[in-house]
Amino acid sequence: MFTIWKENAVEVIKLSAIKEMELLGYRRSNGQVGIRNHVLILPTITCAAQTAQRITELVDGTVTFIHQHGCAQVGVDYEQTFRTYVGMGSNPNVYGVIVLGLGCETHQAYRIAEKIKETGKPVEVVSIQEEGSTLDAIAQGAKIAVKMVQDASRQKRAPFDFSDLIVGTECGGSDACSGLSANPAVGEVSDMIVDLGGTAILAETTELIGAEHLLAARAVDDRVAKRVYEVIEAMENRSIQMGVDIRTGNPSPGNIKGGLSTLEEKSLGAAKKAGSRPLQELVHYAEPPTKKGLVWMDTPGHDIEQLTGMVAGGAQIVLFTSGRGTPTGSPIAPTIKISTNTSMFERMHDNMDINAGTIIDGKETPKEVAKRILEEIAEVCSGKKTKAEILKQHDFGIWRIGPTF
Amino acid sequence: MMKECFKTLMLNPKDHVAVALEAIPSGAVVQVKCQDFSQEIELKDDIDFGHKFAVRPIIKGQDVLKYGEVIGSACADIEVGTHVHVHNLEGKRGRGDKIVSH
Repeated sequence: MFTIWKENAVEVIKLSAIKEMELLGYRRSNGQVGIRNHVLILPTITCAAQTAQRITELVDGTVTFIHQHGCAQVGVDYEQTFRTYVGMGSNPNVYGVIVLGLGCETHQAYRIAEKIKETGKPVEVVSIQEEGSTLDAIAQGAKIAVKMVQDASRQKRAPFDFSDLIVGTECGGSDACSGLSANPAVGEVSDMIVDLGGTAILAETTELIGAEHLLAARAVDDRVAKRVYEVIEAMENRSIQMGVDIRTGNPSPGNIKGGLSTLEEKSLGAAKKAGSRPLQELVHYAEPPTKKGLVWMDTPGHDIEQLTGMVAGGAQIVLFTSGRGTPTGSPIAPTIKISTNTSMFERMHDNMDINAGTIIDGKETPKEVAKRILEEIAEVCSGKKTKAEILKQHDFGIWRIGPTF
Repeated sequence: MMKECFKTLMLNPKDHVAVALEAIPSGAVVQVKCQDFSQEIELKDDIDFGHKFAVRPIIKGQDVLKYGEVIGSACADIEVGTHVHVHNLEGKRGRGDKIVSH
């Protein structure tokens, strides 16, 4: 039963072959490249999430996500949620957006639509209160979506380059193998992406506590190094202010069962995803990188909140390593899931795309697995579906940084 | 009786711990190598896949190294060959519980 996936374990390709490989994506009017061509129904408020869901049930080619935010938010918390919505709509994997509001919420649909329109893509607004009812909004949204999906379907894939890619990296459900197999392999991929002119995002600030000195030493300048210590201190202080040992929440019970004893140990393994290239800049949650190369996004370790932040920051594709196993995926960006050990890969092969457990088994080196991952990136970029996409794993979660009022 | 070819991994010669790459029963003698470090170690506990055991004696309060970096400090004396985990190793970071409230 597992033999079709075993092929991955013996297939090794050369980096030069990757360079010659043609990537096919959707060039957007602002020059960015999408590797998917979704029409996004974007509910700016939890009250509109069910209506958005109904539209996706009616119209093929549309995606949405469920959330509980968008109202009674203020200050930096308002801004972070706003930035996340705008980022999801602006991601180049999205062809066009229908921004769906209720009407009376703090995160006004038309304001979010205005920001997304700056990308040049088709954007329409539907408001439940203005349409009359949810049924009217569903009808109106679906009618707009039908036209948008048909227009999207006429766009053809065209060649693009690795330098057009922003690749998010993430680990979740880590075990003691994460820092030995899948994360070092992803670190090699991160270096390859950077060397090919692209961007790799390192994130999950919580899970870099204890490894920050290694990354600060790789910062391009003192300002970036200082920012590394600032975001780490801010994250660590949140747990200190709560008067608790961070180990009550991170590492998680599953991490501990897998052999990870402390947050520092988990962090040193997680940092392996960052490879060895210089750290170019630090960006806020859901903020698009302004530099190519290795970039750190300040996110929590929570898998879905991190994933959402990176996708809203423009990542077209995400590499996600796991030791305990996870179904996670994004409605917008294909998520390639990489197992750290062979037994979990075989148990959860419906959810996992690549096995890096071969490193633990002594059959492959991290570099060899990295080449397989890079080849998978090339294929997924050109249309191959990941397990999480096939299983409609449309996860979404915003890192809230303030109370709801 | 016990085979001695169990797979283990020590990441840095400075480390206090090595990782079991398969479940290893108590009493097994394993060969641990990392660059110039090479030692036969008799395990005092069952060690699960992915879990750590001490390759050097560690005294209570001492920093514990893995990857050549600090992963926490020992909250008990740890003998060579014993399981190193949450019962005898604690993190030093994010310790709000260590702050005395007034």
